[in-house]
Amino acid sequence: MNPAGLTEQVRRSWAIAKKDIRIYYFKGPVLIFGVFMPVFLFLAFFMGSRQLPLSFLISGLIGMTLFFTATAVSPAIFPWEGQAKTLERLASCPITIEAIVFGDMIASLLFGIGITVVTIIIGLALGLSLLHGITLLTAIFLAGCCFSAIGMLLAVPPTNVPSNIMMLSSLIKFPLVFISGIFIPLEQMPSWGLVLAICSPLTYFTDLVRYSFTDAHFFPVLIDIAMLGVFTLVFTVGTMYLHKRTMPRRI
Amino acid sequence: MTGVIHASNLTKVFGSNTAVDHISFDVSQGEIFGFLGPNGAGKTTTTRMLTGVIPLDTGIATILGHDIRSEPVLAKQGFGVVPETSNAYTDLSAWQNLMLMGELYGLPRARAEQRSSDLLGMLGLLERKDQKVQAYSKGMKQRLILAIALLHEPKLLFLDEPTSGLDVQSTQMILSLLRDLNQQGTTIFLTTHNMEEANRLCHRVGIIRSGKLVAIDAPEKLKTAINRVHRIEVSFDREIPGDALAELGGVRGVSRTGDKWQITADNQDAAIRSLMTFGQQNGAAIVTLNTLAPSLDEVFLRLTREEKP
Repeated sequence: MNPAGLTEQVRRSWAIAKKDIRIYYFKGPVLIFGVFMPVFLFLAFFMGSRQLPLSFLISGLIGMTLFFTATAVSPAIFPWEGQAKTLERLASCPITIEAIVFGDMIASLLFGIGITVVTIIIGLALGLSLLHGITLLTAIFLAGCCFSAIGMLLAVPPTNVPSNIMMLSSLIKFPLVFISGIFIPLEQMPSWGLVLAICSPLTYFTDLVRYSFTDAHFFPVLIDIAMLGVFTLVFTVGTMYLHKRTMPRRI
Repeated sequence: MTGVIHASNLTKVFGSNTAVDHISFDVSQGEIFGFLGPNGAGKTTTTRMLTGVIPLDTGIATILGHDIRSEPVLAKQGFGVVPETSNAYTDLSAWQNLMLMGELYGLPRARAEQRSSDLLGMLGLLERKDQKVQAYSKGMKQRLILAIALLHEPKLLFLDEPTSGLDVQSTQMILSLLRDLNQQGTTIFLTTHNMEEANRLCHRVGIIRSGKLVAIDAPEKLKTAINRVHRIEVSFDREIPGDALAELGGVRGVSRTGDKWQITADNQDAAIRSLMTFGQQNGAAIVTLNTLAPSLDEVFLRLTREEKP
């Protein structure tokens, strides 16, 4: 066994992911927040904009669900662990910072996918028909990875006060939802709005979900997938690099 | 003996404060090395640098033959850490904490379970292994942390104030375990405030003050080194005039405390021989004769209260 080898480090990341799920994700309030938050946002817009078709809104709901759940807990894990001194324990273990971050991302990805599947089942129950299953699965996986990396990026500032991070997290997450074509179709957006939408990975995920359920899309499907891939890569590399720099200041 | 820890010119600066200032030392295999110093002297910062928790600003730290900067995972695989405050996951049970650490150290599941059972049994926690750690007392948490640190059978153990604030039972259990581990070949790097603990356990101690290492040697040698003037306490079975004792060879000064005489001497051996001869010549039997060596506390205070560097 080479403790520093890639296989062994990935195995240890999985241990981190299991720990996260057990401690941070399998909690009533977290699960409830993960489901209710997007549902209430969806209902607010459903009531307010009756001219939009249900299929459009459900696709947006799926986009929001994955985005909010995959970024719900991960930003606060490092501050919590810094406060409880368990981060120091991890830092003295034979696991790299990259592997710790990767483990946190895996937990966040699994939680996001789990809750999103529930939302998809609700959508199917409401009468939506799934036209492109493989595309949807690919989109959910890629976007889940991308949003998990965003969640970990939000945890980069080396503070051990979770509320500071959650406030920063909300400040970034909510505007992203409004510029990503979830409530306003990309076709109806002004040109400046479209420029903003292009910068948001959520835009491409929502576009792919719409394509999967309604066959309609704004960008070509391959462009959506490629953009999600690029965002995932950039955010993952970025979060690992930045955490390596800020971790010692947390301890 | 093989070097287990090699620290050369370790330095750590926080803003304008130099917490650790170019310190160098080596710890050999099978040694119990005590690291002493007043609060804020740089003990914990040094330990954190050696364990790879915080990066070194300058210097080299080699642990079990691996540079902590370039091969941190390989270095960490070989040692265990017991910090001052328990850092087990309180939302997990003792057993779950141990299984998590087993996975983080790459232990096969069966081996991790066997070791966990043995260690929890040895440390008196087996019956409460499935209880969440948040319900544990401070002593139990510290024993669990020790079990976690020993799970992968490390060759080197870092302990930061392991018995601080613990009850007598937990303290004795931990100290006894440390002695046993050392006898089995585990090298121990112990940071402590407890001079008695360091005196009884450590083969060598290093004393750090304001980030600089001011002394490093065996406890007994340090005690001797700081005291050029020796003290002897003696009592006789009958009254002896102090003037007569003061004139003896090797005796520098005499003072009376109760029924005993405290004698200061430049040469302890010569003074004791003179006292024996004096007793024989004057028909006075010696009732008690004690050499009063300085305690490690005195060494520590002497070395840490000097003028600031």
